[in-house]
Amino acid sequence: MREVYSRRGRIYAGMLALLALGVLVLGAFVGLGQEALQSWHGAVSAFDGYLLRVARFTLLQAGLSTLLSVLPAILVARALARHPRFFGRGFILQLFAVPLALPGIVAALGILALYGRAGFLAPFLSSLSGERWQGIYGLSGILVAHVFFNLPLAARLLLAALETVPADQWKLSAQLGMGAGATFRLVEWPVLRAALPGVATLVFMVCAVSFTVVLTLGGGPRATTLEVAIYQALRFDFDPARAIALTLVQVALTALIVFVLFQLGATMTADASLPAAPRRSVFPRPAETSFNFGVLLLALVFVAGPMAATVIAGLGADLPRLAGERAVLDATATSLILAGLAAFLCLLLSIALVMARRSLEMSRGGRRARLLERLTDTGASMVLIVPPIVIGAGWFILLRHFGDVFAFAPLMVVAVNAAMALPFTMRAIRPAYDAASARHEKLCLALGIRGWSRFRLVDWPALRRPAATGLAFAMALSLGDLGVIALFGSDRVKTLPYLLFERMGSYRTADAAGLALFLGILCLGLMFIATYWGKRTPDGSAT
Amino acid sequence: MVPPHKGASVKLDEVRFAYPGGQAMRFDLLVPASEIVALMGPSGSGKSTLLNLIAGFERPGSGEVLIGKADVTRLPPFQRPVSMVFQENNLFSHLTVEQNVGLGRSPSLRLSQADRAAVNEAIVKTGLAGKEKRLPQALSGGERQRVALARVLVRQRPVLLLDEPFASLGPALRDEMLDLVAELHREQAMTILMATHDPHDAERLSNRLVFVENGTIAASGATSEFLAGKGPAAFARYLGERRLSR
Repeated sequence: MREVYSRRGRIYAGMLALLALGVLVLGAFVGLGQEALQSWHGAVSAFDGYLLRVARFTLLQAGLSTLLSVLPAILVARALARHPRFFGRGFILQLFAVPLALPGIVAALGILALYGRAGFLAPFLSSLSGERWQGIYGLSGILVAHVFFNLPLAARLLLAALETVPADQWKLSAQLGMGAGATFRLVEWPVLRAALPGVATLVFMVCAVSFTVVLTLGGGPRATTLEVAIYQALRFDFDPARAIALTLVQVALTALIVFVLFQLGATMTADASLPAAPRRSVFPRPAETSFNFGVLLLALVFVAGPMAATVIAGLGADLPRLAGERAVLDATATSLILAGLAAFLCLLLSIALVMARRSLEMSRGGRRARLLERLTDTGASMVLIVPPIVIGAGWFILLRHFGDVFAFAPLMVVAVNAAMALPFTMRAIRPAYDAASARHEKLCLALGIRGWSRFRLVDWPALRRPAATGLAFAMALSLGDLGVIALFGSDRVKTLPYLLFERMGSYRTADAAGLALFLGILCLGLMFIATYWGKRTPDGSAT
Repeated sequence: MVPPHKGASVKLDEVRFAYPGGQAMRFDLLVPASEIVALMGPSGSGKSTLLNLIAGFERPGSGEVLIGKADVTRLPPFQRPVSMVFQENNLFSHLTVEQNVGLGRSPSLRLSQADRAAVNEAIVKTGLAGKEKRLPQALSGGERQRVALARVLVRQRPVLLLDEPFASLGPALRDEMLDLVAELHREQAMTILMATHDPHDAERLSNRLVFVENGTIAASGATSEFLAGKGPAAFARYLGERRLSR
């Protein structure tokens, strides 16, 4: 018999957090459900050719994006693994972490500034093709943007897999004189093959629910995904029945992908940690070396290009005027406040869930985890099954019965963004909390350190640093998000991404570029702080 | 001066316990007040479990745990008149020596003047004077255990449980720590149960020895007799060549 003693409070806190998440997700489904019941006829008839086309395009672009991201990523990852030390390797790895932190709309703008009809490369591309460059929109634009985001991600994940190859195997392959081909077949491919399904499914997932990129780079009904179609059904056509049909398909699709992901045992929260450069005995031959450097150079140019374009185009904008503009200042203030609140809420929920999970784990002893514990663990990342747009759509439909939908914008943005950042902050906090708990649990029990005293004296000192990391990370995520705000935004409540999207829509390209630079710097700054805090370990010597 | 305190007897009455999927254990034990007992036995035999049952970290499936005259079977650890020192993790790494000791007086670290005085006295007595403001990472292994003992001093509980507390210290340091425990015992006369693998520890501190094997108490008797080879055969096998020659 094991007893709960002072753990009950922590478990209740976790249950409260789960309840809040449940209300957020179920509320959306209530909204969708009651509308579907009222106008089921419309919902059924919305399963038409258009929906089929949209669903097909969603899968097509996600599939192509995955192929184009993961296959080159294999080459990039093994090039990095084969050359553990060279000038600029650290820089490439750092650079590959940037797209993860960059808001979708900023990246989309950078890609337009480079490859668009009036982009920096337009003259070159025109002379290459012999006719006037039409710019990339539609499928090609979406693919370029998705590869920009996911190639670096996949490369980092695959490199992490390659780093698990024991040093002795590299030594052996060098001693036996294996060439590039034999090394790949005998040493690298076995670990890559194990990692590939997880990485590919993760990339597929990211691309299947991608909203901002498709909204800004996709064009018209020919290049629309389910997410964007939901948004258009609600914002432009106000056709709730169609929105419901689309949402159902979207949820079924993501649930399927997540199911596959879980089967593969992959994490849904891509790892942003930087693999260290190990001492490894690899002796590539000259031909392979030049090939590898060619691969790395191409990848570097491809990833750095849109970033450089963002900076150059942004600096070309009338920045002083923008900085003094009322609308910009208001949007900045709104963004910072909403993102701050979302991050804070996210942190509270994460701490509650992490504490409850650990408490439940301890009370069960060696027995199997029960439902509640699993809910506080992977359950939290299940919110990712339901994309923000779907939650937003459900509440949008529900809330219009209770007055002006757009008045709920701040509440919705804060709540949904907090839920979306949850899996990431939990990952930052959980190891620190669990380690501290393993060290101190008995001592706290023995000395009767409980409740608030325990949180203040024991838990918080261990959590402070990872909490700051999680907070900055959540804030960056929600600051750059153009999801729920696209649905709920109005003249009264505008965030920076929303304002940026507006300026783009009204062809004030220079303004948009300036804002993109500002937003990008803001988010990257926060991410930088997050990783900086995350890397510095607290004074945790074993006592 | 800390006034002298009385120890309390510890009694386990038909205590049964099993970890999920683990071996069934059964303990019957009476330790008279203020006695010092060494618990010896192979790894996994149940020494730590026995201590955890007395401390309240584990609850028996059936049977009773009595300390003094009180039935503490249902009490949470912090309500039992017991202090425990573990092999490691006795200190909070982000709190100073002073604060770690102070927790023995108030789990929320709200200390009165008298509490502070007691904390300072205990720090001096355990040989840690001048190190009040240090963090555990700036202490040696021996000093960390001294802090834990200082906290035992200010808690003034009638029972002290030691779970291989000096196993990671060198021989000279071990002796020093054992002497310190003996000194605490002279002052507070608490009942002490110490789990250890080292016959030398048992000899230096305890007068009675309890041999735990396969989840139960296999034998008990005077430490000197057991270590002189007059214990049961199983105990002699456990000791192997380490029997003390006196």
